[in-house]
Amino acid sequence: MTGNVEALLREALAPVDPPLRLTELESRLTALAEAAQDELDSWELAAMRDPRNWVRPLVAAGVTVTAGTALVALRVRGRQQTRRKQSSTLIEYAERTLHDIAEEARRVLPDR
Amino acid sequence: MEPELPTSKEELDRRFSELYREHLRDVYSYSFYRVGNHHDAEDLTEQTFLQAYRHFERALRESDGRPLRPWLIRIAHNLAANFYRDRSRKPESAIEDAGMISTPHTTESLVEGREELRDIIEGVHQLPDDRREALIMRFALGMDNREIARALGRSDGATKVLLHRAIRQLEGIVGSSDENEAQR
Repeated sequence: MTGNVEALLREALAPVDPPLRLTELESRLTALAEAAQDELDSWELAAMRDPRNWVRPLVAAGVTVTAGTALVALRVRGRQQTRRKQSSTLIEYAERTLHDIAEEARRVLPDR
Repeated sequence: MEPELPTSKEELDRRFSELYREHLRDVYSYSFYRVGNHHDAEDLTEQTFLQAYRHFERALRESDGRPLRPWLIRIAHNLAANFYRDRSRKPESAIEDAGMISTPHTTESLVEGREELRDIIEGVHQLPDDRREALIMRFALGMDNREIARALGRSDGATKVLLHRAIRQLEGIVGSSDENEAQR
């Protein structure tokens, strides 16, 4: 067994391929950014009149095709189902989406 | 020659994309063997790259051209520690998924081989955290002593000793497991 352990370790701890969702990150950037923009457009119609809400579209507008913001969009996208369940209207859904974007962007962007 | 530091946000993002492509598998493998399931490994991988992105510029500046993989794995290591602390849970055994993912065995040794691998993985999970981590970095990621030392914040010498002791302890665990099996 003694001489064998290292060989077995190499086999047992073989590298693990990440899921497609992570490997396709960059190829999905445009779609993710567009989806975020669509949601933003829906939300703007109802909420842009209130200046207190302007910070949200400003943050959402930062969802452009870059590596860091793609990660933001990826995480926001990952919670899509949850937001749908929590929202009774499209406006509410869009608002929750923007809130998620703002929250994730805040975590990623402060040092930039 | 050391690569020049990025002079624009676009260049910084391009470099980060390269880092992501180059080390996604490493971070995911490390995360998987730390947390023991794909769902949490995916989450930990994302969190690692988010954290890395926030500090990427500084990391490039301070790396002096050295590889950034140890830095990335150190982030994953710290996040994994928080993961367990926050959720008050222990790593799950990775045996079920790892059995399917590891290189397939061939011929008649299939069953025997899988049992051996199962013993090894269960043995790895019985090791103290630092020894388990070192083995994951060495064997799942193929990191050398220097890289592991940087990821764990130890000296090269201390890391060499750590790996040596981890393997010796694992041999003891697997050996005693074999003896118990033989006595049944």
